[in-house]
This record gives sequence, C-alpha cells and structure tokens, in this order.
Amino acid sequence: MKTKKIVLHFPRKCVNQPIVYRLIRDFNLRFNILKAKILPDEEGLMVMELSGDEEEFDKGVKYLSDAGVTLEPLSKDIKRDEEKCTHCGACIVICPTEALYAEGSERKIIFDSDKCIACELCISACPTRAMVLDF
Amino acid sequence: MNKTISEINEKIRSGNAVVVTAEEMVTVVKKSGAEEAAEKVDVVTTGTFGPMCSSGAFLNLGHPRPKMKMQKVFLNGVEAYAGLAAVDIYIGATQVAEDDPLNREKPGSFTYGGGHLLEDLVRKNKIHLEATAYGTDCYPSKYYEAEITLDDIPEAVMVNPRNAYQNYNCAVNTSEKTVYTYMGILKGNLGNANFCSAGQLSPLLNDPFFRTIGIGTRIFLGGAEGYVTWQGTQHKPGVERNSKGFPLQPGGTLMVTGNLKEMSPEWVKGVSMTGYGPSLMVGIGVPIPVLDEEIAAFCGVSDSELSCPVVDYSNDYPNSTGRVLGSVTYEELKSGTVKISDLEVPTGSLSSYYKALEIADILKKQILKGRFFLGEPQKYLPDGRGSR
Ligand code: SF4
Ligand code: SF4
Repeated sequence: MKTKKIVLHFPRKCVNQPIVYRLIRDFNLRFNILKAKILPDEEGLMVMELSGDEEEFDKGVKYLSDAGVTLEPLSKDIKRDEEKCTHCGACIVICPTEALYAEGSERKIIFDSDKCIACELCISACPTRAMVLDF
Repeated sequence: MNKTISEINEKIRSGNAVVVTAEEMVTVVKKSGAEEAAEKVDVVTTGTFGPMCSSGAFLNLGHPRPKMKMQKVFLNGVEAYAGLAAVDIYIGATQVAEDDPLNREKPGSFTYGGGHLLEDLVRKNKIHLEATAYGTDCYPSKYYEAEITLDDIPEAVMVNPRNAYQNYNCAVNTSEKTVYTYMGILKGNLGNANFCSAGQLSPLLNDPFFRTIGIGTRIFLGGAEGYVTWQGTQHKPGVERNSKGFPLQPGGTLMVTGNLKEMSPEWVKGVSMTGYGPSLMVGIGVPIPVLDEEIAAFCGVSDSELSCPVVDYSNDYPNSTGRVLGSVTYEELKSGTVKISDLEVPTGSLSSYYKALEIADILKKQILKGRFFLGEPQKYLPDGRGSR
C-alpha cells in the first residue's frame, strides 16, 4: 500500500482524455482530489492524494508520465540511492540542516531524512547524483 | 631485521604473513615502535577512492564487415579518441557528451560523460556505438552502428595517466560568489573547505619516497588486479616536505593499468561535478611491503602528522598565483571544521574515506588468503632525493 500527495500537470493535448478515469479503472487506485483546475483545451493542474497497491501505484505513475502528464510530489521527499552513494562527503557542507553528516572515524556519511527540509541543494552537489527527489 | 619482497611473498604463500591496514598500522607503531612493528608486520595495505580525472580506457572494438578504419567514434553519445589503429579507441573520463548543454546555463549538470560511460561498460550495460570513416581500399566501411556490451569487445584496458595523488590541496573560495570546481561546490566567503585525500590511508603517503612502489607493483584497481606502469603525469617528488619526509603539497602520482573486463562498478563510478564536468571515481589500493624500520615508521603516519595546503579556487588556483592561504592537517579536516584566516570553516570531502578503508580491508583479506602477491618493481619511481 502506497499513498502520496502528488501534483499533476496536464499538457493541452491530454486535457480532453479520460486519463484519471483510466488510472482508477486500470490500476485500481483510490484518489482524493485536493485541488483541480482543468478547463477544456487548456493546460490543467490537479493536486491529489493517490493510494493503492505499491506495484499498481508505480504502474499508474508510469502510465501518467507516458501519457504526457508531468508529476511532482507535493511535499517533496528527498531520498538517497544507497547503491550510488560512495560516502564521499561532498554533500555534508552543502546541507543546511545537517541531515547529511560524517559519522565517526570511518566517516560513513549518514542521511537523516527526519532532518531533511527538501531544499534540494544536495542534488547537484552530489557527484554520483545519489540524492534524488522521490515520488 | 630487513626483509625482501620475495621473502614476504613466501610468507603469503605459506599463510604466515602478517597484514594490517594503514589505519591499524598507526596503532601498531604507536604501541610497539617502528623497530618492533617492522619485525611483526609484513604488509601494510592502503586505499583511496576519489574522483580521478586523468583516467580512461583503451578499447579494441573489433571489426565490422567489411572492415573499417574508424575515424570518429561515439559511445552513448560520448566521443572517444580514434586516432589510433583501425578499431582502437581511448575513452577519457572527463569527455562530455556531444549534445551536453555544458556551462551555457551555469552551472551545468554534466549528467553523462566519459566517466559514466566507463561505469556503464563495467556494468555490462548495453552501449550504443556509432562510428564514421572516410573509407580506404583496405578498410572500406564508412558507417557502423551497433549495440554493444563490454563482453562483445575483444579488449578493454584501463590506462590512467595520473591517479592516486600523494597529497592534495584543500580548496576554498574567498570571493563572494559560489564557484563550481572539480573540487566540488565552494561557497563564497570561505563557506566551506573541500579536501580530497584518504590521508593516513593514502597509498603514496605511506611510502613517501616510493621505496617500495615502482613499475610492476601489483595493486587493487577498480576491483581487479592492476599494476603501476610508470610514474603518473605531474609526478613531483621534489615538493617541500615536513621534517619526517612527508610532502606538504600534491607530490607524487601513479600511472596505472588493469583489465577493465575484470573490474567492478562499485569501484569504477562515473560522477558529475556540477559546473565542471564528468569524471570517474576510481578505487585504488597499494600493498606496502614492510621491508625495514624506516618503512614501518612511514606506514605508521597518522592524520595529525599529514597536512595539505589551503588554496583559493576563486582566484589563486585559476590564475596560478602560487599563493597558499595556510596549511591544515587531515585530522583537523576530518574534525568537521578548520580554522582559515581566523574563521571556523566547515569541511567537506570528495574522496571517500569509508570506501578507502573498505579497499584496504579487501586487499588485506586477499593477501591473508594467499590470493594476492606483491609485485617486484622493475624500476623505482623518481623520489626527489636524486637517488634515482
Ligand atoms: S555527496 Fe552523494 S555520494 Fe557523496 S556522501 Fe553525499 S550522498 Fe553520498
Ligand atoms: S534536501 Fe536539503 S535538507 Fe535535505 S538532505 Fe539535501 S541539502 Fe539537506
């Protein structure tokens, strides 16, 4: 089960398509529209809380982006791709909240997501691009 | 008691060699002194894992049919140097992708380049190859396109002209604006100080006069076995040293070679230095045979005795003024802040100490298991003392 608040931007060509309907029908996702502004033949914007089975959720998100809809997390969430992180320490001086710091004499770089304010500064400071915006 | 490399190899073979990491050696020498440490310990393993721009690989791509003298070669949109025999190319770590927006909108992100391509090769990912040529009687093909992987290529050899810098600058920025460098993002008004060395674990800081490291030294390179093949470019053994002989400036370097096909993506990592360009992080570990007391003492060096120059990358570095703002020890750098011009400046690093430790440990285990033997140098590197 996965629940996320997301912002959808519909380009003009998508506005008249039953995209959200298919999202519910094909992927069995529940949603709660928090804000919507779509006028026919114009670009649209919708903020919704989407939830459903994890796999279906990801498939639904893929369906949306394939259809040309751009997605953004509402309260942005920063994650670290642990496979990519080399524990170099280039991020620790960039992070304003000490959510990233070197621990002990072995200098393992810790990411404490509770302290993260999603300022995104670490994204471009990280040489391996291990810090990512998460949906 | 002095030992030789072949005596130590004999001990490795019989499973009797005593191997410690350069970090462990600090304690051994502190506790028992260099003389006893030289008797007890046979090999000290070192490690470093950081961005090393002067890296790359020679590839032999094999011929399409009809044969081709490839003139321009692109792999995943990154150009390789093709001015060699027909299908030999060299991929450089800092090569930018052909369609990269570069620094047109500063700072550029440099999402994909030579370093990433090298990592993709090592990952055995599919690579798009596109080659063009003018065509000759012996090599008629003029165009070739294919999806390849490292397994399809006859040969791939990593050849890095300058790796494992003995020591390095600590980079700062005294201007008001942020600068984007190969030493990372440097905030203005001495906002941060970035260093790039494994310090006490760094290979060439444990053998400051290259008494055991030379052409033919077997090393850990990118997860595989590699070799020191020459001194690296810009090898400057004659730099100023402290009373114990450790260089106070960048100093020596290594040229290294290994089989790319045997390497692991964990130790060959493409990186994007914002505003600067792509590069490659390479994992290197050098085993140091403890031949005598002097070498034991060198390997016992700790971060508190090693220092590096603080250099301003907003002006002094680009303009080669030669001005140095001060000197800081690696112990101070690793404490989180350093004092520069009476300011407490937070420190960041580009070289991973955590991963360097892992390399020193892997090498130690390989030697203990009798899977890694020391290479006998055929010629030693220039040491700056005029002795070679
Ligand atoms: S800069 Fe990136 S790779 Fe380096 S420690 Fe931070 S998150 Fe990890
Ligand atoms: S997003 Fe900002 S607060 Fe969060 S870890 Fe990155 S730099 Fe720190």
